[in-house]
Amino acid sequence: MADHQTELLKTALYDLHVELGAKMVPFAGYDMPVQYPLGVKGEHLHTRAKAGLFDVSHMGQVRLTGENRVAELEKLVPGDIAILKPGRTRYSTFTNDNGTILDDLMITNAGDSLFLVINAACKDDDIVHMRANLDNGVALIEIDDRALMALQGPEAANVLVRFSPSVAAMKFMDFAEIDIAGIPCFVTRSGYTGEDGYEISVPNDRAAELARKLLAEDEVEAIGLGARDSLRLEAGLCLYGNDIDTTTTPVEGDLNWIINKRRREEGGFKGSDIILDQLANGADRKRVGIKPEGKAPAREHTPILNSDGEEIGEITSGGFGPTVDGPIAMGYVAIEFAAAGTKVDLMVRGKARPAEIVDLPFTPHHYFRG
Amino acid sequence: MAKKFSQEHEWVELEDGIATVGITDYAQQSLGDIVYVELPEVGKKLVKDGDAAVVESVKAASDVYAPLDGVVVEANEDLDVNPALVNESAETDGWFFRMELSDASQLDELMDEAAYKDFVEGL
Repeated sequence: MADHQTELLKTALYDLHVELGAKMVPFAGYDMPVQYPLGVKGEHLHTRAKAGLFDVSHMGQVRLTGENRVAELEKLVPGDIAILKPGRTRYSTFTNDNGTILDDLMITNAGDSLFLVINAACKDDDIVHMRANLDNGVALIEIDDRALMALQGPEAANVLVRFSPSVAAMKFMDFAEIDIAGIPCFVTRSGYTGEDGYEISVPNDRAAELARKLLAEDEVEAIGLGARDSLRLEAGLCLYGNDIDTTTTPVEGDLNWIINKRRREEGGFKGSDIILDQLANGADRKRVGIKPEGKAPAREHTPILNSDGEEIGEITSGGFGPTVDGPIAMGYVAIEFAAAGTKVDLMVRGKARPAEIVDLPFTPHHYFRG
Repeated sequence: MAKKFSQEHEWVELEDGIATVGITDYAQQSLGDIVYVELPEVGKKLVKDGDAAVVESVKAASDVYAPLDGVVVEANEDLDVNPALVNESAETDGWFFRMELSDASQLDELMDEAAYKDFVEGL
């Protein structure tokens, strides 16, 4: 994170945000739009109904080259990267020797290289971590001349197809290097909202041009970080730094699905002894969905109590879900309280308020699987 | 009586010895879409600048302070059903609570509308 002496960084879309009337806030060292005049709730609902355009250029983009890139990266993540075909993307985490999570990331087999998208607040540390641990001729290339934007929502494909017909055939987690509106882009059919949509890496000097073209389409509104957060929370997706961090393992974070059969059998990633033991014998706690009764939101760090009033965990993300039209949260509870349907209390401003453990997501995913 | 305003963006209107309190239009605009308001219970003693209510937007929870000393005599139950009333009409129907003042002279410490307008423009 940038300290207070450091001037905030600006993305290639900064001037456009200001022109659109965005409220800008510091985020991970960048001056980012938290909301536009439509407002967080309106932007959230618009994305679920039509299509929203997000500037996520603060995130890190990295390429790994060298013939041993897959085996080397597999030392640092619990996911099966070898099985990824060219043009396919998957979600994973960097773990450390304690089996806890340094960051979560997207890994793409881009054919001649691996293309990684990492979190803004973690990117400097991630790059140091990778440079220190990737050997055997693997080179890391920081891609700092490209912006990243996401087009999300049920109309995202209909809109993007107007600028690049080939995106229609892409399925969830497909990747392609293609021109959009004549601009060379890296496109992944993925996102952070639970909706269908695309993440588009575009040269900095043409990012505003592409964003303006997309925003000129009737279905598309600019969406800020505020709605990005409420959308991902409804979709049950983790925010690094809140829901997963260096105190949580992938098993505790309910991310077992990112560790497939071969990696479970072979291990060989940082912290694998701890993580594989938790997979076999269970962890003491687990990330769960939490639905507060009534209307009062319960925010991060809210203590979670059992019916005897004993603290059994803590909320890590909590707020209001505009699509759910009520308060929603996720957090960690002791494993014996993790089953959906378990009644708990949330300690909000000194008052115990009833809530229930629920399955995630709060709103169904609408990924395009073909 | 004309409305008075605090630096914490509350407004107060005194009528027949009872002060109606809410947050200003500027405050509701800064907060964005309001999804929940936690109001003080009737009978609660409030201390000037102490916690009085909590207003929650999609993004965050914000404290609302008592602009004056007094005792709560009524809370706006319409906000339980429709918290967005604060966005729609912060300085009328979106009032938060009514209080009986302990010391009406404290009103003199608050700003009038023109002074509040200047204050907000200076932010």
